Amino acid sequence: MTVQLNKTEMQHMIAKRVAQELKGPCTVNLGIGIPTLVAEHMTDDHIYLHTENGLLGVTDVDDESVDPNLVNAGKLPVGEAVGASFFNSSDSFAMIRGGHVDVAILGALQVDEHGIIANWAVPGKNIMGVGGAMDLLVGAKKVFVTMSHTSKDGSPKLLKECTYPITSTRQVDMIFTELAAFKVADGNLVLVDLMPGVTLEEVREKTEASFTIE
Amino acid sequence: MAMIQHEITDALSCVKSGDTILVGGFGLIGAPLTLIEALTEKDVKDLTIVSNNLGESGKGLGKLLNQNKIKKGIGSYFTSNRDVGDKYQNGEIELELLPQGTLAESLRAGGAGLGGYYTTTGVGTDLAKGKEEREIDGVQYILEKAIRADVALIRAHKADTLGNLIYYKTARNFNPLMATAAKTVIVEVDEIVEAGELDPEAIVTPFIFVDTIVEAKQVLTKKGVVSK
Repeated sequence: MTVQLNKTEMQHMIAKRVAQELKGPCTVNLGIGIPTLVAEHMTDDHIYLHTENGLLGVTDVDDESVDPNLVNAGKLPVGEAVGASFFNSSDSFAMIRGGHVDVAILGALQVDEHGIIANWAVPGKNIMGVGGAMDLLVGAKKVFVTMSHTSKDGSPKLLKECTYPITSTRQVDMIFTELAAFKVADGNLVLVDLMPGVTLEEVREKTEASFTIE
Repeated sequence: MAMIQHEITDALSCVKSGDTILVGGFGLIGAPLTLIEALTEKDVKDLTIVSNNLGESGKGLGKLLNQNKIKKGIGSYFTSNRDVGDKYQNGEIELELLPQGTLAESLRAGGAGLGGYYTTTGVGTDLAKGKEEREIDGVQYILEKAIRADVALIRAHKADTLGNLIYYKTARNFNPLMATAAKTVIVEVDEIVEAGELDPEAIVTPFIFVDTIVEAKQVLTKKGVVSK
């Protein structure tokens, strides 16, 4: 039986699993939400965090040292690591688009069975924000996606085809949910492992996309 | 060479209705809050504002939005101000959404005198609709046009008396790019120092790009935006 976790615990469990995939030295860009939590679980000292609003060398910050002009892309206060640098938005996206960032970790609304994601717009709602998502998808050497396995109403988010507008034609490399981790190999989803206490039946039941097992 | 202007309203005398205005900042971080405040007190309308966001609800550019002075917003992330959605829904504002890297590069291209550039960002998505596509060396790109404007309102940390600028941490963001891409560039700073006091190796925006300098009266602190 699956242990019942609250939302925060579940998000940290996903973040911890993603962190296991990060081996330094490398440069990683963290999106808003679950991806931000990955930083708390990284064990390798040689992972450098990039934030697209203009800082390479992001670290956490204690409450007393909070500086309102030192934030990450989610506008949350951060600190500067040893060897940090600041730069303008164009240089920041040259790093991203130019293929200099090793891994981008993003959230997603939907993922299709080939690893194409939708994470910036919902049909029928105002299309109001895209931020750096499209740039990160075309530019990062590897893209990892973190998300809850199903929507609030229980419907699958790993689909045969995305019904929301896609963010890029680029296929992501790995997908992490509270139920399982998948990789995209030869354009198809492959289940890599199950999260603790999760059965393959449960994953099959809650996944529309077809996948194979490693 | 830049001019130091002690009266903020005089600094904005060049701004007129219908202008396209670049406004620096990532949300309120690095936004020229003093100049935005002065713009809310000026009798202008039908502005096109190019900025990553349109401030927050009732703050920064959000204040200008609520005065219905903005005809069109060009940016990458309007979601941070819920009022933008309401105005858009009511047909009170036009929006042009660009990927953040495209917004930055279009400003860089505008400042560098280019007409546009090809990028892979957005290829195959709804944001590529209507844009010219081209294959270069086997890779698919879309054409993005440069952005240039009448006025840029930006924020830096320090200016010297010539107009050379240095920035502060992540408050830099779009500001140095916008400094290059407008006919008139007005900057607000925390401090004005004598020419020669800034390390030439540390200057990010050379004075050639800057027209007018004012001292910041509205600053972002831990407690939010406060008057200095």
